[in-house]
Amino acid sequence: MPETTPQKEAGRPASNLPPLSLHIPEPRYRPGDTPDFGDIDVPAVEATLRPSEATKPDAMRELSYGLVRVLDFDGVAKGQWDPKLTPERLRVMLRYMMLVRAFDDRMFRAQRQGKTSFYMKCTGEEATSVASTMALDRGDMCFPSYRQQGILIARDYPLIQMMNQIYSNRGDHLMGRQLPIMYSAPEHGFFSVSGNLATQYPQAVGWAMASASKGDSRIATVWCGEGSSAEGDFHSALTFATVYNAPVIFNVVNNQWAISSFSGFAGGERTTFAARAVGYGIAGLRIDGNDPLAVYAATQWAADRARTNNGPTLIEHFTYRSEGHSTSDDPSAYRPADEATAWPLGDPIARLRQHLETLGEWDAERHEAQTKELDELVKTTQKQSEKLGILGHGMHQPFETMFDDVFEELPWHLKEQCAQMLAEQEAKFGPNWKPE
Amino acid sequence: MMSADPQTGTKTMNMIEAINSAMDVMLERDPNTVVMGEDVGFFGGVFRATAGLQKKHGKTRVFDTPINECGIIGVAVGMGAYGLRPVPEIQFADYIYPGLDQLVSEAARLRYRSAADFICPMTVRTPFGGGIFGGQTHSQSPESIMTHICGVKTVIPSNPYDAKGLLIAAIEDNDPVVFLEPKRIYNGPFSGYYDRPVEPWSKHDASAVPEGHYRIELGKAATVRSGEALTILAYGTMVHVTKTIVEEMGIDAEIIDLRTLLPLDIEAIETSVKKTGRCLIIHEATRTSGFGAELAALVQERCFYHLEAPVERVTGFDTPYPHSLEWAYFPGPVRIATALTKILKD
Repeated sequence: MPETTPQKEAGRPASNLPPLSLHIPEPRYRPGDTPDFGDIDVPAVEATLRPSEATKPDAMRELSYGLVRVLDFDGVAKGQWDPKLTPERLRVMLRYMMLVRAFDDRMFRAQRQGKTSFYMKCTGEEATSVASTMALDRGDMCFPSYRQQGILIARDYPLIQMMNQIYSNRGDHLMGRQLPIMYSAPEHGFFSVSGNLATQYPQAVGWAMASASKGDSRIATVWCGEGSSAEGDFHSALTFATVYNAPVIFNVVNNQWAISSFSGFAGGERTTFAARAVGYGIAGLRIDGNDPLAVYAATQWAADRARTNNGPTLIEHFTYRSEGHSTSDDPSAYRPADEATAWPLGDPIARLRQHLETLGEWDAERHEAQTKELDELVKTTQKQSEKLGILGHGMHQPFETMFDDVFEELPWHLKEQCAQMLAEQEAKFGPNWKPE
Repeated sequence: MMSADPQTGTKTMNMIEAINSAMDVMLERDPNTVVMGEDVGFFGGVFRATAGLQKKHGKTRVFDTPINECGIIGVAVGMGAYGLRPVPEIQFADYIYPGLDQLVSEAARLRYRSAADFICPMTVRTPFGGGIFGGQTHSQSPESIMTHICGVKTVIPSNPYDAKGLLIAAIEDNDPVVFLEPKRIYNGPFSGYYDRPVEPWSKHDASAVPEGHYRIELGKAATVRSGEALTILAYGTMVHVTKTIVEEMGIDAEIIDLRTLLPLDIEAIETSVKKTGRCLIIHEATRTSGFGAELAALVQERCFYHLEAPVERVTGFDTPYPHSLEWAYFPGPVRIATALTKILKD
C-alpha cells in the first residue's frame, strides 16, 4: 500500500515551518477519573438582567454567554427573571415532572423485561420539556426531538397512548410503524418525531412561517440536542428563521453527551451553543436547564417575543444527561459513573421541590405520597396497555396496514405487493387464515 | 383525464409559460398555495418560470429563499404540515441533493410514520437534464433516485399542455410530488440534432394551452404515436428526440410518453408491448440502475412470452455529464438509430 493517496504533489518546497497538528477534542474525564465541575461559571441569580422582549439581538449578546437562573441553591426564586408563578402552578409543574420520571422508570424497566425494543429516558432533563411547554399556549406547535416526552405529559396526553406506541400494540395509533418514543399527537400540538436528527428544525421554521403568513397567533417551538446542532438542518433553520423573522423558539438541550461523544464534538469547546444565535442575528439565551423556573421564564420571554413579531429566539438549556443515551447505551464505558451526581446544577425535580418547601407549599410527606400515587398511576396504566399487547408477542396490526399511508391512495404496485404479502401469510398460516 | 374549463379559451404557450400559468391558476384558486425558491420572487426565476407571480399574488405567496436546499425543502415540509400547499423550486435538479434527506426521510414518510396525522402536500419543481451546455452540475437527470423513494410521486412532462395539467394535478395532490422539468424543451421540442435550429412550441399542437384550470391525472401515460413494429418508452426531452428519429427512419413505432414515472401507467406499457412484441427504452439519465432498468424488468416480468427481441435501453453513459463533449454523451440520433436497427433485426 502506498503511504499516501495518489494526489498530485502540491509542489511545496522544503521549509523550516513548524509542523501543523490536528486537534481532536477529548472530554475532561473518563471512567475512573474524579469529575470536578468547579470551573463551570454559575453566576449569581440576580446578576442576569432581563431585557424587554423587543430588545434587538445585538443589544443582548451577553445573554448568549451567561446563564439565566431564577432559583438559587437554597431554593429561593430571585432576580428579574423570576416568572412569579403561583404555588398551585408550581405544584402542577412538579407533578408533571415527577410523572415524567415515574413514566420513564417504568418504561425503562419494561424494555429491560423485553416488552419493547427500545426506550429513552430524560432523567435530569425533565424541566427542559415540562417547564418549557407550560410556558407556551396549547395551540403552539412543538417539534420535539426524542427526549421530550415531557411535552405530551405537560399537555395531558393520555399515558396509555404513549405506552401503546412504545409497545407497538393494538392501541398504537401509529400502527406499529415508528420506533418506541417517536410519538405523534397533532391535537396536542406535538409533531411526529423523526429518527433523523435535527430534521425537525427547518420544519418548525416552515410551520412558524406559515402561521405568520396566515395571520395566525400560534408559534412553533423545536428541540434538538447539542450534538445535533452540528447538523446542516440546524443551520438551515436558523438562516430561514432570521431571514423571515419567523415566530419560532429553538431549544438546544445541551446535556453534554451525544451517545459517547461529548459536547466538544459539536463545537462546545469553543463557545456556547446559545452563541450560535449571535452569528445569525437571533436572540440567544443560555439558561440553567435544571432550574424549572428559569426554563419557564426564558420560554415565556421567547414566546412573547415571537408572538409580537420580534422574531426567533435560541435557548440553550445547560443540563446533564444523567442516564444512558438510550436503553442500548452503557455510559459507564465512556464517562465517570458519578459524573451526574457531581453536576453542579443539581436535579430539576429536587430543586423545584426544595423551592416549594422553602415557600411552605410542599413537604416531604406530600412528596412521598405523590411519588407513590404517580407510580401507581403509571403501573395501572401499564397493565391496561399491556392488555393490548407488547412488542414481539403476536401481530397487533392488520397486515394490510403496512401499505396504507405510503400515499393517500394505494397505487397499483402497492396493491400487487399487498396481495403478495397476504398470499405469503396464507402460505404460512394455512388456507383458513384471515387478515386481522 | 382532461377537464378544460369551457369558460376560458386557450393561448399559445411555451413550456415555461404553461408552468407559470399552472402556478398562477393555483395561486389564484387556493389561498394555501405558496411558491418559493431561489430567485423566484422579484426576478421570476432564472428560467422565468415564476415571472410576474410575486407582483400579482404578493410577497408572502411568492418569495425568494436563501441558497439552502435543505432549508427550502425542510421549511416546505413544515408549511405542508401547517396546511399550506408549498411549491418549492430547486433551481437545478443537480442541487436537490443537499435537500434530499428532507425529501426522502421527512416529506416522503410523514404521512406513513404519523398514520396520516400529518401530510406533506408539496410539489418540488426543478429543471433537469442536459443539452444546454450546463456541464456536470447543471445537467443531471435524477429521476431514478426519486422513484426509489417510497412516498414520493415523480412527474415529467414533455410539452406545454401536459406541463400545465400535470403541474396543477401535482399541486392539488395531497402527497409530495417531484416535478422534473426537462429544461432543454422549455422553449421548443428538441429533435436531437443540436446543429439544427430549434422549432418553437408555437408551431406545435401542444402549445394551445387552456388559460384556466385543468388537470391531467397523475399516473397516466400518453400515446404519442401509434405503431405496430415496436414500443418505445420515453419521457421528457427524449420523447421528441425519439419521434424525430423514428419518423426519419420510417419505422412504424408506438411511442409512449410515460409522463408520470411513479405511479407508473403499467397498463399502457403492457398493452403496447404485448401488441408490438418489442420494447426500446430511452432516457437521458445514466444507464446503471437508471429508470430504464426498472422498466426493462417490468416488461420482462409481464410481457416475456410476447417478446420477439430482447428489451433494449438507450441511455446516457455512466460518467458525470461532460461539458465540452456534451453531444457525445447525449443519447441522440445515432445511438437511437443503432438500437432501433438492432431490435428490429432480432
